[in-house]
Amino acid sequence: MFRNQYDTDVTTWSPAGRLFQVEYAMEAVKQGSACVGLRSRTHAVLAAANKAASELSSHQRKVFRVADHAGVALAGLTADGRVLSRFLRSECINHAFVYDAPLPVSRLALRLADKAQVCTQRSWKRPYGVGLLVAGLDESGAHLYYNCPSGNYFEYQAFAIGSRSQAAKTFLERKFKGYDDYTPDQLIRDALSAIKETLQGEKLTSSNCTLAIVGRKDDGTVEPFEMIDAKRVQEIIDSMEAAEETPVAAAEPSSTQEEDKGTDAAPMDI
Amino acid sequence: MSRRGDWVYENNGGTCVAIAGADYCVVAADTRLSVGYSILTRDHSKICELADKCVLASSGFQGDIKVLHKNLAARELLYQHQHNKRMSCPAMAQLLSNTLYYKRFFPYYAFNVLGGLDSEGKGCVFTYDAVGSYERTGYSAQGTGSSLIMPVLDNQLKSPSPLLLPARDAVTPLSELEAVDLVKDVFASATERDIYTGDKLEIVVINKAGTKREYIELRKD
Repeated sequence: MFRNQYDTDVTTWSPAGRLFQVEYAMEAVKQGSACVGLRSRTHAVLAAANKAASELSSHQRKVFRVADHAGVALAGLTADGRVLSRFLRSECINHAFVYDAPLPVSRLALRLADKAQVCTQRSWKRPYGVGLLVAGLDESGAHLYYNCPSGNYFEYQAFAIGSRSQAAKTFLERKFKGYDDYTPDQLIRDALSAIKETLQGEKLTSSNCTLAIVGRKDDGTVEPFEMIDAKRVQEIIDSMEAAEETPVAAAEPSSTQEEDKGTDAAPMDI
Repeated sequence: MSRRGDWVYENNGGTCVAIAGADYCVVAADTRLSVGYSILTRDHSKICELADKCVLASSGFQGDIKVLHKNLAARELLYQHQHNKRMSCPAMAQLLSNTLYYKRFFPYYAFNVLGGLDSEGKGCVFTYDAVGSYERTGYSAQGTGSSLIMPVLDNQLKSPSPLLLPARDAVTPLSELEAVDLVKDVFASATERDIYTGDKLEIVVINKAGTKREYIELRKD
C-alpha cells in the first residue's frame, strides 16, 4: 500500500471504496508477535509467542482472562488490547449481574466488534490497532472468534494472527478438520506446534510462549479459563520433543490423510 | 412503619453471627425469611461467599441484601482481574463500608457481619451498621435476634480491655469445635424467643484448609 491522499482520516473513503486508516490498523496487527487459537467441541486453547522489548525487560502480556468462561489473546498494539480486555471484563461482569448467566461468546465478540466499528466512523478517533482471538465456552460449546480493527469478526475452528502467522496457519490448515474431536491435550500440543512454526528456528521453551485453555470435561465439570503455568508448559514441550525423536509418524492423528484430499481451505485471510 | 405511604423497606428478619478464632472464623445465619407475622420461606441463605477467605452474612431487607451481595461479588471479580489475586477480608471490609456509606441518604436496609481470615491467616470479624460504620471485633451478632445473642457472646467471649497491657488478641482462644458449639447454642436460645429466627441454621467455617458448610435444624415455630 502506498501513501496517498485518502489515508489521512479514517472518515475519508478512497475512490475504490476503501478506508485506508482501517487497513493500516490491520497492518499493525500483522506486526505484533504471533498468537494462535484452536478449539474442539468442548475446549478452546490460546497460545501466544512472547516477545520481550529487550533481554533486560519482561515480556508483554498477550493473553488475558476476561471471565471464568472466556479469554483473549491479542496481537498488535498491546496497550489498545489491554484497554479492550478491561472493556470485555466489565461487559461480562455487567451481563452476569443483570442476567445471572455468563455472556455467550458470540455476544462478547459482537460487543467488541461494535466497539471497534465506532472507531472507524468518528473523525476524532482512530481504529484500535490490535487483533483479538476471543476463546470461550458457553452453552453451545467451545468457540473461537477473531476480531479485527475493522470491526469485522468471524468464528474459526483454528486461526493464527501476528507476524509469521502464515507458517502457523499453514500448519493448522492441514489438521483443523479433526479438531472437533480432539482431546484438550492434543489441542495444546497442536497450539504449541503452531507457535513453534512462527518462531522459525528459535527453540520453543516455556519462557517464550504463553498457553491458556478453557473447556468442559466429559463429566460436565467446567474448567475455567486459565493460563497454564510455565512448569507444565515446559513438561508438555519436553514430551513433544521426546515424541518427535521416536521414529515413524506415531504422533500424527489419521485425520491428516483426509486433509490432503480436499482443497477447500478455510477463509483464513480477511 | 408501613402506615407511611412511602415506606419502601421491609424487614425480612433473621439473625447473623460471626466469631473469630486464632486461625479460623465461624459465620452463621438462620435461614428463615419472614414478612410481618408470616414466613415466606424456611430455606433462604443469608450468607454470601465473597472471596476464598471472606464471607458476608446480612440480615434485614432481602431486596437490598441480594443486590448488595451481587454488587460486592462483581467488585471482587473486578479486583481479581486487576490485581491477579482474590480480595482480602480487610480490603472487602473497607469496600463494604464505602458501598454502604455511598447510599447514606437512601441506605441499604442491611445489617452486616463480615467474617474471614486476614492476610496473616488470623480470624477476623467486622460488624456494620446500615450506613457503613464498621469495626473489627472478635465476635458479633446482627439482626432481629442480635439483642438476645450479643449478651451471651459478651459473657463467653469478651476479650480484656484493649487498654490493658500487655496487649491481648481480640480473637477467642476457643477451638473451632467449641466456637461452632457456642454458635449452635446461642441460635437455639435466640430461636426460642425471637419469632423471626428459626427453621435452619447455616454455619460456614473458614480456615486455611478452605471453607466448610454445615446445616443444623432449629425450631420451626
